[in-house]
Amino acid sequence: MAKNTNGFSIIGKPMAMTDARAKVTGLGKYADDLSVPGMLIGKILHSPHAHARIRSIDTSQAEALAGVKVTATGEDARNPYGILPIGHDERAFALGKALYIGDNIAAVAAATPEIAEQALDLIRVDYEQLPAWFDPEQSMKAASNWINEERPQNIEKEYHHVFGDPVKGFGEADFVAEERYYAGEVNQAAMEPHATLAVWEPDERLTVHSSTQVPFYLHRTIAAVCEMPMSQIRVIKPLIGGGFGGKSEIIPLEVAACVLAKKSRKPVKITYTREEVFLAHRGRPITIVYLKVGMTRAGKITAVQARVIQDGGAYCGYGPVTVLYSGALLGAIYDIANVQYDGFRVLTNKPACGAMRGHGTVNVRFAFESILDQLAYQAGLDPLEVRRRNLLKAPCITANSLRVTSYGLPECVEKVFERSGWAEKKGKLPYGKGVGMACSHYVSGAANPIIRSNMPHTTVHIKIDRDAAVTVYTGASEIGQGSDTMQVQIAAEVLGVTADRIKLIAADTELTPIDLGSYSSRVTFMAGNACLNAAKDMRDQIVAAVAKKFGCAAEDFEAKNGRMSHTSDASKSFSFDEAVAVALEFHGALSARGTYAPPETARGGKFKGAGVGPSPAYSYSAQVAEVTVDPETGHVHVDKIVAAHDCGKALNPLTVEGQIEGSVYMGFGQALQEDMIWKDGRLMNPSLLEYRIPATKENPEIESIIVESIDPEGPFGAKEAGEGSLAATIPAIANAIFDAVGVRINSIPITPDKILDALREKQKSAGGNGSNAPKKASLAGSPR
Amino acid sequence: MNKELMRLRVNGEEREIAIAPNRLVLDALREDLGLTGSKRGCDDSSCGCCAVLIDGTPMLSCVALAASYEGREITTVEGLGGPGELDPVQEGYAEMGGAQCGYCTPGFMIATKALLDRNPEPSMDEIREALSGNLCRCTGYMQIYESVKYAIEKLRTKSAAHVPATH
Repeated sequence: MAKNTNGFSIIGKPMAMTDARAKVTGLGKYADDLSVPGMLIGKILHSPHAHARIRSIDTSQAEALAGVKVTATGEDARNPYGILPIGHDERAFALGKALYIGDNIAAVAAATPEIAEQALDLIRVDYEQLPAWFDPEQSMKAASNWINEERPQNIEKEYHHVFGDPVKGFGEADFVAEERYYAGEVNQAAMEPHATLAVWEPDERLTVHSSTQVPFYLHRTIAAVCEMPMSQIRVIKPLIGGGFGGKSEIIPLEVAACVLAKKSRKPVKITYTREEVFLAHRGRPITIVYLKVGMTRAGKITAVQARVIQDGGAYCGYGPVTVLYSGALLGAIYDIANVQYDGFRVLTNKPACGAMRGHGTVNVRFAFESILDQLAYQAGLDPLEVRRRNLLKAPCITANSLRVTSYGLPECVEKVFERSGWAEKKGKLPYGKGVGMACSHYVSGAANPIIRSNMPHTTVHIKIDRDAAVTVYTGASEIGQGSDTMQVQIAAEVLGVTADRIKLIAADTELTPIDLGSYSSRVTFMAGNACLNAAKDMRDQIVAAVAKKFGCAAEDFEAKNGRMSHTSDASKSFSFDEAVAVALEFHGALSARGTYAPPETARGGKFKGAGVGPSPAYSYSAQVAEVTVDPETGHVHVDKIVAAHDCGKALNPLTVEGQIEGSVYMGFGQALQEDMIWKDGRLMNPSLLEYRIPATKENPEIESIIVESIDPEGPFGAKEAGEGSLAATIPAIANAIFDAVGVRINSIPITPDKILDALREKQKSAGGNGSNAPKKASLAGSPR
Repeated sequence: MNKELMRLRVNGEEREIAIAPNRLVLDALREDLGLTGSKRGCDDSSCGCCAVLIDGTPMLSCVALAASYEGREITTVEGLGGPGELDPVQEGYAEMGGAQCGYCTPGFMIATKALLDRNPEPSMDEIREALSGNLCRCTGYMQIYESVKYAIEKLRTKSAAHVPATH
């Protein structure tokens, strides 16, 4: 345990991000801001067909155009790749078949963007169109024309899990609800479109600056695709303009830029248009959930049965992981003994889906929290009280072998109960106004790495030399979430210096030790712990030297307020600079390292698919949404969302609140307005004007509440803060809409037309009872 | 298209560049003048990342032809204030969490600057209105509002220090 748990100097205090100055002056550099002399501009030719055999490609006219340096096609880089070892089905450019409208066919590198565009028009491709699959439930019945011949029936992967005895569980239920839920497809829509600058160096090495959340996976993939040793490739992550999972696997432009750079022996930059961002996609898949849940009269959940179908698009991507997360996190938030899960990841001729914020959990959480609300009404119980009655008794192991070490959900529920005025509002607001609540949870990083290995998930180095500057070398990727600042805080706290003494160098494969990347909310827990361990190692080295100098025991010294001091003899004290000078006398320039690997006990069960879901710790969230629904127009206004999130320990409350609010905002967008609209495999709204992410006018007021459960293994007790809150927002809004106007909408986004249809349907079925006055759904009697 | 010599006033300096007549202000700034603070986030003038002030009015530089703005005063994020001399608006966005990934931040700060220049005491609704042409995907806007309020407060203190109270 860390000393002085209550006397932190930096931990737990709001701190501006270390790169904030670079951002507000406009001087910080994102990938597209970089340019080098002689740089060519790359452009990619995309398939106009959803499923087509490529008979031939003729690039000769494009190559003849003045200003074109090189072109590239599938033949230039035949090696397949993919983020998962079981899903190497992508190539730099399509070989043989194009699998979706937007698939990557060829590319050019030219002196200017205009010439590159012109050259694309000169590439002749002879396609033979094939029957295509767009609807996942149709696609999984396909008898022929499979998208990937190695994936019969277009099923990328299916998993079937049974925990406990669901049949017995349903037998014990007094109420059983069974529903079909539908979630439309959404995109991360990070404000920065992807960009990659690949520089062919004079010594025949390749340096790649890319908008990535996973520089070390990119490193590995470029080596495979370009057939170069990893030692000859350097990947540098510049500032990243948001990721949310959209940059957490290898994106086609990254390999395309490298292939073009290698072929031309020139620097090549490719920047996506916004439309190309949507076509590269990797967002949250269309998800169909058939859900059945049983509950006793007392509100105890007895069994859960779910059949989940995800429309994964044309390539594997993170698909199997997504569908496993949907199962693993389905019931594990509550104390549920009996769970059956059947998950299907289906291929369709559309852009590949991926690991969007709240990976795998968001759409099933919408279904689960909605049906729980419905069951509460059936049983005549307060939905919030139903949550209270199904809480885990942590620490514990869930039915599906997830180890829960800290569990702030009970406090989250009570906090939103109080702050939302639940008792005064639930079921008591006038028609058209309502409140709804829901809970969610998420992993603090995956306990098992994507590529199986015993290597630590993160290593951090710290160096101190004569200038007494502390330099932290970390592979962790700052993408706007505060990763750099978090590590600066930790290092400064442990070494007892101010944050401005710490210089941090991050995410450069040549300088920084490996970190697996910024995904699955792993950075605070894993890079934070590695940084904590490195900083302790460094502090111990300096303290040992200081103690030796004074002829005392090392354990009598502490690092605090810029000094290394004896805890009971104030005369034995050095300033940090003096202490460093002493340590340098003994050791020369100082270097320390720290690593983090999840403990064996956190790595989950032994069944097939058990590897996904386990995490060293889980975050928890509870939310109450208050809405106003206009029954004439079907328009929903979300008046306020109160969100409590258990992040273990808020290392930086400013950034934790920012993460909670950003998650709620993104959930709000998916709940009410964001939807990728498809017509025969063509995206009809590939722009920010038509794919409507919420602006200031729509966005609700958000009150964020930090709950600190102090996880026993997190750095200073910290867990994740960046994803877990998203999933609760959607069902909280859906449940509030029910409270307001008495209709349940099981399909998101909940657009006005769906509400109007449901209201009309309700009126029809209630017709003839003589009463026109709308009534609120009432509880038979809340036992609270 | 043949290039022509043009003189643009950017951040108080006269800059001469050879550009095609169809060059957009955004590309002139980013490619010809090396001012990469203004960003491109969309294809259809919907995100506001490229906003600059032209004679004090916030405008989208991705739909403005550079040739049309010769002799006008163009202010980019770089012109709001540099290291050590941050504008209160920049300070607000840095201190209060208004900039997470930072990509939309230049545009938001330009919109904020324009708002506070004409209305130093805006209401919440006026703030929301003034920022409604900019999209942020990180913050949920709450800390952006806090950043604007920080700037308002800072400017209030500053003007109180410079102008003696009249009452």
